[in-house]
Amino acid sequence: MMFAAATAALCVAMLLALLRACLGPTVYDRVLAVNSFGTKTVLMIAVLGFLAGRPDFMDIALLYALINFVGTIAVLKFFRYGDMARPGGRPAAKGGD
Amino acid sequence: MEALLDIVSGVLLAAGSFFIIFGAHGLVRLPDMFARMHGAGVTDTLGAGLFIAGLMIQGGFTLVTAKLFLILVFFFFASPTSSYALANAALSQGEKPWTWNSEDSNGDKDGTSSKT
Amino acid sequence: MHAISLGLTLFATWLLLSGVYTPLFIFLGVLSCAIVVVIALRMEVIDRESHPVHLSMSLPGYWLWLGKEIVLANIDVTKRILSPGQAINPSVFRVKAGQDDELGKVIYANSITLTPGTVTIDIDDDDLVIHALSETSRDDLESGEMDRRVTALGDGA
Repeated sequence: MMFAAATAALCVAMLLALLRACLGPTVYDRVLAVNSFGTKTVLMIAVLGFLAGRPDFMDIALLYALINFVGTIAVLKFFRYGDMARPGGRPAAKGGD
Repeated sequence: MEALLDIVSGVLLAAGSFFIIFGAHGLVRLPDMFARMHGAGVTDTLGAGLFIAGLMIQGGFTLVTAKLFLILVFFFFASPTSSYALANAALSQGEKPWTWNSEDSNGDKDGTSSKT
Repeated sequence: MHAISLGLTLFATWLLLSGVYTPLFIFLGVLSCAIVVVIALRMEVIDRESHPVHLSMSLPGYWLWLGKEIVLANIDVTKRILSPGQAINPSVFRVKAGQDDELGKVIYANSITLTPGTVTIDIDDDDLVIHALSETSRDDLESGEMDRRVTALGDGA
């Protein structure tokens, strides 16, 4: 019962984040909304694990948290530099050999 | 004891849900991208923290609790990093933060976003 | 010392995540952790910065204080989101980061971002460019308490 209520609350929050992702107006708003949506997805997976009585869902939640972070950074890098191959940040201080 | 733990975790879950929903509400409501990041920050820190704390009490002293704790620690390390990356990318692409006196100067952007 | 600490951390994480404690699996875990440590040594990515063991004594106290700040800031921001009209007054300003090393600056900048109401949007040598949601969060930051605490964190080591 408690977990079902928490799931419902997460669904509402996810809908709000999705609304922002659809409204935009800039691409960064969308990335922010999708990142926030991913955070809520992680929590949702965790609470679903308790709801279904399957504790192995926590591994999936942990993995999703990692993917969400890397995905956000990758998308930002793509929008900033136009391709994924260039080194970001400071110009190759350690690179080379 | 069981009932007490149930109540405590229920309260934590409810408080976490409260902050998550109103963080998302802020994400929709605030006027521009930089302000919206603060709304998303509420969801990422206190909302997720309370929510996971509630789940950890339900898990008891098991590996599930340890994994939930790892998720929480990861959130607290990753969230500022991605926030900074996002803000810095937006700034370097010429996004201007919204302030009260910038209302007329970039009316085109606010025309779609300050509908609240 | 950093390599040993990295290996122990990796192995503890591995034990927590695996949940299967037969000799074969523990052996495989030790093996994979050792391989990661060797690779990290060869890449020369283990140093004070990537693995700050010298902070492990002073960090927990700072985290407690930061946690309290985060809760207070969250309540403030949530109030502003919920109040009718626009109760916000966003501003961009600079604060000086008093830490001498990059690690201290990163800790400071990330602590600022982690506290809702303030976000670090740029780093410019010793100055951090901050976007604040309201005067309250701005004044909190400009009082410089967080700066002092992060500086003390680095000096205590």
